[in-house]
Amino acid sequence: MKVKQVSIFVENHKGALLDIISILGNNNIDIKALCIADTVDYGVLRLIVDKPNEALSLLKENRYVVKINDVIAIKISNEPGGLSDALKVLDEANLNVSYLYAFIGSYGNYASVMLKVEDEDKAIELFKKNNIKLLSDEDLIKKD
Amino acid sequence: MIYDKSIECMDRKSLEALQSERLIWQVTRMYERVPLFKMRMDEKGLKPSDIKSIKDLSKLPFSNKQDLRDNYPYGLFAEPLENVVRIHASSGTTGKQIVVGYTKNDLDMWSTCVSRALNSYGISKKDILQVCYGYGLFTGGLGLHDGASHLGCTVIPASTGNTVRQMNTMVDFGATAICATPSYCMYLAEELESNNLRDKLKVKRAVLGAEPWGEEMRKQIESKLSIKAYDIYGLSEVLGPGVSYECECQKGLHINEDMFIPEIINPDTGEVLGDGEVGELVFTSITKEAFPVIRYRTHDLCRILTGTCSCGRTFKRMGRIEGRTDDMLIIRGVNVFPSQIEEVLLKYGEGITPNYQIIVDRVNNTDTLEVKVEMNEGFFFDDVKSIELISSNIRDSLRSVLGLSAQVTLVGPKTIERSEGKAKRVIDKRKIR
Ligand SMILES: [Zn+2]
Repeated sequence: MKVKQVSIFVENHKGALLDIISILGNNNIDIKALCIADTVDYGVLRLIVDKPNEALSLLKENRYVVKINDVIAIKISNEPGGLSDALKVLDEANLNVSYLYAFIGSYGNYASVMLKVEDEDKAIELFKKNNIKLLSDEDLIKKD
Repeated sequence: MIYDKSIECMDRKSLEALQSERLIWQVTRMYERVPLFKMRMDEKGLKPSDIKSIKDLSKLPFSNKQDLRDNYPYGLFAEPLENVVRIHASSGTTGKQIVVGYTKNDLDMWSTCVSRALNSYGISKKDILQVCYGYGLFTGGLGLHDGASHLGCTVIPASTGNTVRQMNTMVDFGATAICATPSYCMYLAEELESNNLRDKLKVKRAVLGAEPWGEEMRKQIESKLSIKAYDIYGLSEVLGPGVSYECECQKGLHINEDMFIPEIINPDTGEVLGDGEVGELVFTSITKEAFPVIRYRTHDLCRILTGTCSCGRTFKRMGRIEGRTDDMLIIRGVNVFPSQIEEVLLKYGEGITPNYQIIVDRVNNTDTLEVKVEMNEGFFFDDVKSIELISSNIRDSLRSVLGLSAQVTLVGPKTIERSEGKAKRVIDKRKIR
């Protein structure tokens, strides 16, 4: 299933990351997963949070360039080969993955993986057909 | 060397009589042929017959770059296209180019101007001149090329780029003179030195122009290459290179006054200033046929030097260009207006004009152009590849619009310094020395 991801443009200077994390923390927004992609000049910070819309307006108020977009979240077994099964499904259908990141969450022996794929609906359909467990926003923010 | 003593050293009285006669001829034919000029004259209640000598010059209406844009491409030509044998163009403040034309006679006059310049630098038909100005719509390459051919020089039309080949050509073909922008000449000097080619070089003189430079740079170029470096001035709306030129005294540039009448005005009031005072340089072309101008405002700030020159020429001399009255930048010899960059950026960012800043610098004697663009929601994506694609598209558009490569740097929102609410658009770190 699709989940909401918050992306933020981050300049590569000391303290930028800390500033964002602090703004969210001070406002009781819980970060569930985080990933940063960087270049020489800037980075893109991607977050899965419990209150994405609130995070968006808070960060905008603080003059950040922020966007909310969808990514696919799946549950995989936290053992060798867990991820490759899911990726193989996409690869066989010639679907490109632009990026992915994972976190070991509240599922004990399982990990959650966020995927950005070029054709999301097709990817979801394929995952369903191959019995790969999709996660919803609620699944991700569920407290232990 | 003086190419034509009878003109270049003419006594002032005869020269002014010649100018008056030519001015009357030009005003009369332009009144008949160029509707915009007639309209401006009529607005002032002026008839060509009111212009009796160059003393009446200041009565005439000014013209400017906007007129060229409004009448793009041929609206200001004073000859039918069948008599026009050459078109040149340069970038304007917006997407449209500034277009000028030349008749056969115009090209001959231009060649004469360039020949006078080359001779005054000590260059003759015995010289091998490598022209490292760009060939094409830019007036520099072909202007120098035609003038040097007219004089009888052996011309190497090297054009711009490929420094290794430029250096090899220079050495192997035995060039004795080169023509380039001053910043490229500096770069060449250093490359020749680091490639141990300096001692094999036969170049004695450099003809440098198309961008402002100063005495400090001249000293460096002259000592690095053991040559003499001379300034040549021009702009396409008036002619191209050769409007004025230095002599062996290297104290100001003699203006080809039999063809171009200079004035210095107060840029705010339009009032004519006296010799020695700094103001905006204005030209009237009294012999050009296809694209003549009356009181054309160059936006270049300089002064007319007082006193006579010991070379014997009586043509007035203009000092170095001291600045601009508008926001035009000259980067690697190319005219750049901030508005051109703004137009490119407008296309990105989904209707939001991103905040930007233009940073011009000179690194290793080459001008650099960096455009800092504040990130906004219009072109922000969650994947780096898409953002990089946008910045490389901006870079490509800038290259095609400006004819220059620029570095594009994406910066965080609200990070570009603002003064009194307005962003500080241009930072020019170069010093004209
Ligand atoms: Zn002189």
